[in-house]
Amino acid sequence: MSLLEIIILLPLLAALVTWLGSPARITALAASLLNLVLVGWAFLNYQSLHGADGAMAFRHARTVLTSPHIQFAVGADGLSLTMALLTVLVTLAALWSLVDKERIYYTSTLLIASGALGAFLCTDIFFLYAFHELALIPTFLMIALFGHGDKKDAAWRITIYLGVGSLILLAGLLGVVWYCSPEKGKLTFDLLALKPLAADAPYAKYAAANFFVLLVGFGTLVSLFPFHSWAAPAYAAAPTPIAMMHAGVLKKFGLYGLIRIALPLLPTGANTPWVQHALLYMLLGNILVMGFVTLHQRRLDGLLANSSVMHMGYIFLGLASGNALGQNGAVLLMFAHGISVALLFMLCGRLRNQLGTLEFDKLGGLAANAPFLSLIFGVGAFASIGLPGLANFAGEVLIFLSTFKNFQASEGFTFLQITTILSLWGVVISAVYMLRAYRKIFFGQPSAGHFMSDPSLLQRVPMFLLAAVLLVVGLYPAILLNVVQVSLAATGLK
Amino acid sequence: MEPISLTGTVLLLPLASALVIMLFHGLLKNVAHLVSTGVSIIMFGCALIFLGAEDQPNGLLLYEYLKVGTFTADIGFVVDTQSRGMLFIVTFIGMLVHIYSLGYMKDDDARARYFGALSLFMFSMNGIVLADNLVMMFIFWELVGVSSYLLIGHWFKKPEAADAAKKAFLTNRVGDFGFMAGILILFGLTGHVSIAQLQGSMESGALNHIRDNYEWIITLAGLGLFLGAMGKSAQAPLHVWLPDAMEGPTPVSALIHAATMVAAGVYMLVRVYFIIGASHVTGDIIAWIGGITALMAALMATQQSDIKKILAYSTLSQLGYMVMAVGLGGPKEGMFHLYTHAFFKAMLFLGSGAVIYACHHEQNIWKMGGLYKKMPVTFWTFAIGTAALMGVPLMAGFWSKEGILAVAYPEHGHGNGILFGMAVLTATLTAFYMTRLVVVAFFGKARGKDADHAHEAPLVMILPLVVLAFPSVLAGYHFLAEPLQALVPNHHEGAGAKVVMGCSLVAVIVGFLAATRLYRNADKDPVNIPLFANKFYIDEFYAGLVKYGQDRFAWLVTALERIFVDGLTVRLPAALASGLGSWMRGLQSGSLQAYTFVLGLGIVVVVYLAVFFSTKP
Repeated sequence: MSLLEIIILLPLLAALVTWLGSPARITALAASLLNLVLVGWAFLNYQSLHGADGAMAFRHARTVLTSPHIQFAVGADGLSLTMALLTVLVTLAALWSLVDKERIYYTSTLLIASGALGAFLCTDIFFLYAFHELALIPTFLMIALFGHGDKKDAAWRITIYLGVGSLILLAGLLGVVWYCSPEKGKLTFDLLALKPLAADAPYAKYAAANFFVLLVGFGTLVSLFPFHSWAAPAYAAAPTPIAMMHAGVLKKFGLYGLIRIALPLLPTGANTPWVQHALLYMLLGNILVMGFVTLHQRRLDGLLANSSVMHMGYIFLGLASGNALGQNGAVLLMFAHGISVALLFMLCGRLRNQLGTLEFDKLGGLAANAPFLSLIFGVGAFASIGLPGLANFAGEVLIFLSTFKNFQASEGFTFLQITTILSLWGVVISAVYMLRAYRKIFFGQPSAGHFMSDPSLLQRVPMFLLAAVLLVVGLYPAILLNVVQVSLAATGLK
Repeated sequence: MEPISLTGTVLLLPLASALVIMLFHGLLKNVAHLVSTGVSIIMFGCALIFLGAEDQPNGLLLYEYLKVGTFTADIGFVVDTQSRGMLFIVTFIGMLVHIYSLGYMKDDDARARYFGALSLFMFSMNGIVLADNLVMMFIFWELVGVSSYLLIGHWFKKPEAADAAKKAFLTNRVGDFGFMAGILILFGLTGHVSIAQLQGSMESGALNHIRDNYEWIITLAGLGLFLGAMGKSAQAPLHVWLPDAMEGPTPVSALIHAATMVAAGVYMLVRVYFIIGASHVTGDIIAWIGGITALMAALMATQQSDIKKILAYSTLSQLGYMVMAVGLGGPKEGMFHLYTHAFFKAMLFLGSGAVIYACHHEQNIWKMGGLYKKMPVTFWTFAIGTAALMGVPLMAGFWSKEGILAVAYPEHGHGNGILFGMAVLTATLTAFYMTRLVVVAFFGKARGKDADHAHEAPLVMILPLVVLAFPSVLAGYHFLAEPLQALVPNHHEGAGAKVVMGCSLVAVIVGFLAATRLYRNADKDPVNIPLFANKFYIDEFYAGLVKYGQDRFAWLVTALERIFVDGLTVRLPAALASGLGSWMRGLQSGSLQAYTFVLGLGIVVVVYLAVFFSTKP
């Protein structure tokens, strides 16, 4: 067993044991703490153990099929370790915040964690894809069984939507495998073997179309406009740990896939003008259309769900810039958004449990009796609107800067740069809806009948954990950036 | 001490203080104010040592904040006359406000939170002052905004305070939109964000070439940066947040919303003056915005009855002066007025705080009166501050205001007759509304119970007033200004100088006489101009814009999104699928578990197909 296999299988094993009847909370917390230590160790030692060249490390492979060539192959570089770190942090926080919940909450959260870790740490396209699907199944079920509000509709919607998205994705992936494989009849799903072959693939004709299929497939998973309709209802309906795991972690799989598979294997496709323009229009839809939709929300869950769709636009913008600044910014923002949205959904769940409503007009003045909660919510809210000093800003500013790299006064503004200027206005919109919500919920006179108290010291731990991560990465982004950028460079991205 | 450890201390000590207090304010309830005040005193000490430090033209590196490939954005410090002088002002007034707050906030339930936010503010403001690159300045720029948000909203249970805090942050965000756009353009053109490198490039490099051929882009960058300054320095039409910000505790108004943070816009403009000065269009727009703000705010100030609101509009007006000076090619004059204004306006606000404290939180000047006997120290210091603000000869404000008028005078390079006229009119109005304030609040008979029972404020509050009285008188003189690293403008000579001096004297006299004549022994305002009292209805206009513009638009977009996107990507395919054939129905009517099973099965099928195809010859 290699280290990464243990990291992937540990939550799966814990899920199994919990399901069979072991004390759920202790098992789950122990497994996720241990996993945090393992991933943290791998993250910290990645560079010193494996040189500074940013290549895949901790590799291990077991052949499953020879023709086509499918292996259970694991490996990690700065990018995957960052995503794994995000996964274990959010998993620990999500599990910790569960109080008085049935066993199935622990089991499903652990299953999702295992699926996400598998997706981020496998270097074989087949397993990478399959692990993501594995993580989706408990997500669907938990929304359908334990969701809030219109849970059936939301569950159907996300199931069908992501199901179709996954199939489109699969078609795109098979396309890549088909065209990049060395010779007909010798298909290989090994990502690392495909990469050197991609450059010589007789591919130019189909690269753009194939990239676009991947963009739509992966994009649907990330709620890229206009394939986002599943996201807001699902997050609003999802039980708290599921919303945290999906919005925080699993959703990032689509972006991870684009960076890991689509961009390095199909660079010519990504650089085709019509693909680029389509992407820019779509991400503008995320930022502006969804920005205004978020502005219209009257409930906290709807607001967080839609804002999470909106903020994906900025990550896509980083990818659209096509340079290292933007890609590093995108990865930084993926991590930061995951942590901040998980924190906000956690607090939102707490409000729903204790107050019974999330409607702005019925809430008010919570800061008076719950100062700690308001402080932490403030950290999450300000992080998500890109306040400097918190992690999201570092990613956003890199993304914005990247689009202006090599700006030529003689040529004027390009479409990419105009998109950025419009996206900058989205930052204003975010601030408007977030501060409105904060004002309504936490400021003003406490509303009658809705009393909110601060969590116990023990329950503050997960909140503190996520808030501290936002602060540390926000003040010293190099802690991630140093590891990420060598790997992105090694991935062969420009 | 090494310069880097000195600047590091100035930056990191208040951060540590803020974090510790915010995290443990339950435990530190009774010591937080002492921690924060102690830190402010240490910072002032550092700033004093710093005054004598050597220039560091290339900046001192604390650490690399962002580094990707060849791009870096540092947390690094620039040490020059400008940053040393500004750091002195910030830490000096900061320290006095901390001490004053010990008295003013003594009985506040959330005193620890207040002092934590004050430390956060000091951290952020010092960061702006010391920033050696635009990204770092932007970082602290927004952090100043958030500390201002926390302090304005200190009494968050009060709806007005909560709304004012939100308004301040959002208005500033609009400005920051421009600031970031300006940074992006400059970065795009040159590849770096360091101010020194940009300046070098403007003098003899890429930017220089671009200015000669594509001046519009330099203009655009300058205007972007200026939009940021408009937000922070509350220039029209982004001025609406500053009067509302008076909902915060008065010491905060003195420190943040009079002396330091609102001056950050001017400070930034002077820092990037090489970009603004490179384009005539930028300079003209800046000068006009400043001039209009100065005059408009002065007009509004004449009709307010809340003592803090009068001072707030006065601050707007004076900031307009500074901005106008920068736009007219007088960055030194702008900075010099910033420096003198910081002392006397901080003192005026602290004085108004003492009055409000004595009158049990009564802020309406028409319910005060006769306070000069009951609060002699407050009165005398307030009178000195008023004289300085009016520009009474030999006071600090006289010198700096004269500098600004001289820049606006047509004889000067970029001078402009209309702007000069507006500036003189503003000076007259300033003398008018300040005289009105003093006459109504301090003279005559007490017009309210609270004013009748008022008594002098405690020593911790009086002391900062007395300390600030000295620079309010003396700051304009070289013997004080030079050691404090203030940018003293060159004295303007020529025939124009006499005209400027004359206009400035006439303005003070006319304003003073008109106000004393009108308001002596008045029990209510004899002048009634609704347009000024209602601030030109700009707030109402914005409220309408948000309600009928933005919120309706959001509703419309939401509806369209639901109809088209949801319709095209969810409902239409669903309808098609159900119409296509009943054979699919079995799939759709099944349980969710069944569906997910099918999903899993789908993967297997596709893999099987892949295997099948790949084994074909």
